[in-house]
Amino acid sequence: MSATLANLKKLSRNEMAKRVARDIPEGAYVNLGIGLPTLVANFLPEDREVFLHTENGLLGMGPAPKQGEEDPDLINAGKQPVTALPGAAYFHHADSFAMMRGGHLDICVLGAFQVSVTGDLANWHTGEPSAIPAVGGAMDLAIGAKRTFVVMEHLTKAGESKIVPTCTYPLTAKACVARIYTDLAVIDVTPGGLLVRDIVPGLSVSELAGLTKVALADGREPPAGA
Amino acid sequence: MIDKIKASAAEALSDVKDGATVMIGGFGTAGMPFTLIDALIAQGAKHLTVVANNAGNGDTGLAALLKAGRVRKILCSFPRQTDSWVFDELYRAGKIELEVVPQGNLAERIRAAGAGIGAFYSPTGYGTLLAGNRETRRINGRDYVLESPIQGDVALIRAHKGDRWGNLVYRKTARNFGPVMAMGARTTIAEVSEVVALGVLDPEAIITPGIFVQRIVKVADATGQQPSQE
Repeated sequence: MSATLANLKKLSRNEMAKRVARDIPEGAYVNLGIGLPTLVANFLPEDREVFLHTENGLLGMGPAPKQGEEDPDLINAGKQPVTALPGAAYFHHADSFAMMRGGHLDICVLGAFQVSVTGDLANWHTGEPSAIPAVGGAMDLAIGAKRTFVVMEHLTKAGESKIVPTCTYPLTAKACVARIYTDLAVIDVTPGGLLVRDIVPGLSVSELAGLTKVALADGREPPAGA
Repeated sequence: MIDKIKASAAEALSDVKDGATVMIGGFGTAGMPFTLIDALIAQGAKHLTVVANNAGNGDTGLAALLKAGRVRKILCSFPRQTDSWVFDELYRAGKIELEVVPQGNLAERIRAAGAGIGAFYSPTGYGTLLAGNRETRRINGRDYVLESPIQGDVALIRAHKGDRWGNLVYRKTARNFGPVMAMGARTTIAEVSEVVALGVLDPEAIITPGIFVQRIVKVADATGQQPSQE
């Protein structure tokens, strides 16, 4: 009955990105962070109009260009070549961060080292003395959107939960995360605590709480017809 | 007749002084003013404080300026990249001072200098290491940190087209820090791919009005270098 890591059917990185994409509605203004969050764009249905913002100065970002059509003046926040969709707009950095800080973006999707039970986010610095600190737009993004989603593996390679009572890594922002997508579950951060909204088949909420080592309540909708 | 077009980058940069605060545009290499940076290296000013988003890529541009040992301190948001080996080595050797500033605060602090704002409260960085010991304040239930302007002596930026009054338009995401740095420095020098006659740039489409630009230099290549890796 107890879930072991070996027999759990964890979501792949693409499946996690696909799960996030399901929750991004038509018309949303969205910033996708570097790394795993960037994959979310691949799973937005073509008939759903979503405005992708990249903080280096483009709204209406399109997919990567064909090989040979890269333009060094047209890149995303990860400094990878991208395209601009018809209707796209360019703007300078102060305007771009005003879009975030001013609460104009609907959703920001970020990766994380740790998220606390109160939605504190740590994703910019390991705090190791030898590490050169580099923050980029992480702190602006974390507090800027109406809703901040985190997508990350549930456990570290050593098997420790990345959802923690209190972050041990340096904070990116306090109480900013609305929802956490992991390879095991979807969890909302609410004033009353963490609510499990979705979970991989074969794993119970109490088993998940055992792995996570924090209190989790079952917030799943009852199945239709129940 | 007002003519801000200079014959060469060397002429445009001739009066940069030791100890100056130099803003350098660009996000990675998009919008980086390579020609002006090379001219600054040749000009020889030292003990510079550089304000930029990154701390150089590869061995050219800003990285070359760092490598030449001209920079005492750098303010930037994202120094550590896969190709920032020049900065990494100087930093680990204790040969350069680093102030990390969240990207949006960096842009707004530069804009504030250009807009005559004495200081401003930003929510970004509240409760983190980067808030330091600065004053905080709760306004309408949200917590803020007091941020001060960053004033440049000189800004070196790259634009797409310019005219002799200093009006500029940019190209795609190479715009990034150009417009705010143009406002935030006492002397702004822009390198452009094309110089056009007055009136050619549509007044409705000019991004940086010439009042923010003191000197323009025409450079050869049409776009920047290849994009660097993150």
